[in-house]
Amino acid sequence: MAVSEHTADVSHAMITTPVATADWLVVSPIIITILGGVICLMMRKQTKIQPRIAIATLGLLMLSNFGLLARVMDKGVITMVMGQWLPPYGIAFTVDATGAMLALIASIVAFATALYGVGDSDAASRRYGFYPFLMLLMTGVSGTFLTGDIFNLYVWFEVLLISSFGLLILGSDKAQLDGAVKYGILNLIATTLFLIATGYLYGLVGTLNMADIPRSVAALPNHAPITTVAMLYLLAFAMKAAAFPVNFWLPASYHTPRIAVAGVFAGLLTKVGIYALMRTMVMLLPVHHALLAHVLAVVAVATMISGALGAMAQSDLRRALGYLVISSIGSMLAGIAVSTALSLTGTILYAIHSIIVMTGLYFVTGMAGRMSGTFALRELGGLYGKSPLLALAFIILAMSFSGLPPTSGFWAKVLLVDASLKSDWPWLAGSILVAGFLTTIALARIGLYAFWRGGPEGTPDGTAFAYAENADMTAPDVTAAYTGMWLALGLLVGLSLFIGLAPDGLVAIAKTGAAGLVDPSGYIGSVFGGTGGHP
Amino acid sequence: MEAGFAVLIGFIFAASIYLMLSRQLIRILLGISILGNAVNLLIFTAGRLEREVPPVIPDSSLVPVGATANPLPQALILTAIVISFSFFAFLLVLAFRTYQELGTDDANEMRVAEPKGEARPPMGY
Amino acid sequence: MNTVIFRTIAPFLTALMILFSIFVLLRGHNEPGGGFIGGLIAASALAIYGIACGVRPVRRAIHFHPMSLSAFGLLISCLSGLPSLLTHVAFLKAHWIYPEIFGVDLALSTVMVFDIGVYFVVLGSITSIALALEEREND
Repeated sequence: MAVSEHTADVSHAMITTPVATADWLVVSPIIITILGGVICLMMRKQTKIQPRIAIATLGLLMLSNFGLLARVMDKGVITMVMGQWLPPYGIAFTVDATGAMLALIASIVAFATALYGVGDSDAASRRYGFYPFLMLLMTGVSGTFLTGDIFNLYVWFEVLLISSFGLLILGSDKAQLDGAVKYGILNLIATTLFLIATGYLYGLVGTLNMADIPRSVAALPNHAPITTVAMLYLLAFAMKAAAFPVNFWLPASYHTPRIAVAGVFAGLLTKVGIYALMRTMVMLLPVHHALLAHVLAVVAVATMISGALGAMAQSDLRRALGYLVISSIGSMLAGIAVSTALSLTGTILYAIHSIIVMTGLYFVTGMAGRMSGTFALRELGGLYGKSPLLALAFIILAMSFSGLPPTSGFWAKVLLVDASLKSDWPWLAGSILVAGFLTTIALARIGLYAFWRGGPEGTPDGTAFAYAENADMTAPDVTAAYTGMWLALGLLVGLSLFIGLAPDGLVAIAKTGAAGLVDPSGYIGSVFGGTGGHP
Repeated sequence: MEAGFAVLIGFIFAASIYLMLSRQLIRILLGISILGNAVNLLIFTAGRLEREVPPVIPDSSLVPVGATANPLPQALILTAIVISFSFFAFLLVLAFRTYQELGTDDANEMRVAEPKGEARPPMGY
Repeated sequence: MNTVIFRTIAPFLTALMILFSIFVLLRGHNEPGGGFIGGLIAASALAIYGIACGVRPVRRAIHFHPMSLSAFGLLISCLSGLPSLLTHVAFLKAHWIYPEIFGVDLALSTVMVFDIGVYFVVLGSITSIALALEEREND
């Protein structure tokens, strides 16, 4: 019989210290979402029970992520290595403040989406897997934020990509198939580029652990090959994040799925790309980031301006929102281009704000479309008369997106502009402000046309447009459907206002996260032991 | 040995990019499939090619005896093959459905989601 | 493809291939093989049955929806990592037991449970894709 591990000394290959039960918070987001997702998938016929399971699972996920964030803020970076193998051999899950914070916000948005989906998803789309795929999408998103291994990051990217395919084609109508083909092919090429870069990186440094890579890269005699790797990562993640020259998949696909799906996509998927950019460009390859900083800055400016202009040129609300997603990505890229602790704080804060607000804006649009039966700006109107509460939610979210106080967007933009000015990038700061102005125009026009004016085009101005009274508006199951939507919307709007009014706690967390990205000694210490496990 | 493989990988990349630049969906898919294989070969080469024994630890020992081939790239490639295979299968079904529904596999003519000649948004209030 | 020979032989072929896939799955721990390749073999068995006799008999034969099989596999793979919680080690750490059944030393492990999960995931997802493609050809 083979040498059994019971008799052998395995301390050269395995961690022998016991793992604290609280450290399981690191992997619990993965376990919770997989279990919830597969249970829903196995009960695909029980379309009435699925939402309950999903809401319970995602609520649990929120609690777990909250616990994880509290523990990370308390104890510093936490690491758990799958199967007890000693790093860098085993796949490590390493969670710092950035990852934990983004995972928490992502789970809140997913929870809101599950609530919204109660009304937005019909029995057919539930049978085709709206809730299971939503939870498996969260598996991928959580894994991306929590993993400490760059190849494992690739795997989580693919997990969230395959779930997003499932969500994107729920209805299988023509526009969805058309959008899904473009989304699928371009995203698959982006992840393949990511894999190419990872292959090169492995060939050069011989390690894939994200705590090990900065040390190994610093020890390399020749930095030229790594610059290629950095450029490939930049291209791959810019594609995922929908940065300017490689963003055309986003406006081609994001308006085709159900609003609940589009909302969670707009909130989460592009930010995953931003997160990966921060990890690779700032933490793993800082030297090469300096070389590419100007490229990043130009891309950032082009992204935010082109996104804002694109939003102004659209007559369909959902497509305008797609371009607004792109515009917000530009601001986050600006923070990564400057890459000081302050600017990264701004980027993290902006990512958090954008996750909340973009999803919220899609939800508002979905409800507006539901109330008036169209998404075309020309045909919308009079929504203020129909539902003042919805108009209020839209105003708050629009102000937040444009960066006006007292909302979450204000602080994120203040930090970004401040950081750009301090690092002597005045034109970057100016572009952020100009883009903010342009998005204000785009959003204000939506507000004026859809909400403020009396009725759609053709109705005499000033007269309240008499909507054909929707018979189903008062039916009990429809009221229940709207309850879920209002709850989801209320959660997101409230969160944006809360961050705007009391930003201190969040800014402190974002600062810790940014400091950890700029100086990864705490991250490295957590994986390999030694000093720096605590911030 | 590595140099030869590098050239080969370059050719495979070139072929896949040529195919992906096409307008026909099926060619793009073939290009993606070839791209996946090129990346696998690249990772394999990045792990260094050496004529060594397989990384199997004999019964009597806890560590490999002598030099062995690098097992990590093989694990990475296995993962990447599984993923690219399942994606290719999925995209194939998707492309087939799209072809049936839209009646074309020309990327330029797939304009249901973004129709040509849309009305402009209202210009003023 | 609907020749008499093929239709006659397909059920036997399918049964043999599924048996072989289980063999490959179980030998996978110490020899070449494992859950992934076993699942692929089983999925091709079902695909052959589908080509010979049509998709409907396959769906009847496996009783559960392929995606449910896939989900079941993911479930037990995920659960196989959980015993580690009780023994204070990291997620997915392998646990072994060596019960003696009929005088044979049997090595059972959480790794094997994980592999069986992989088998079901691959079987379910590939079967659902294969059946979807075969269904389109028929109509």
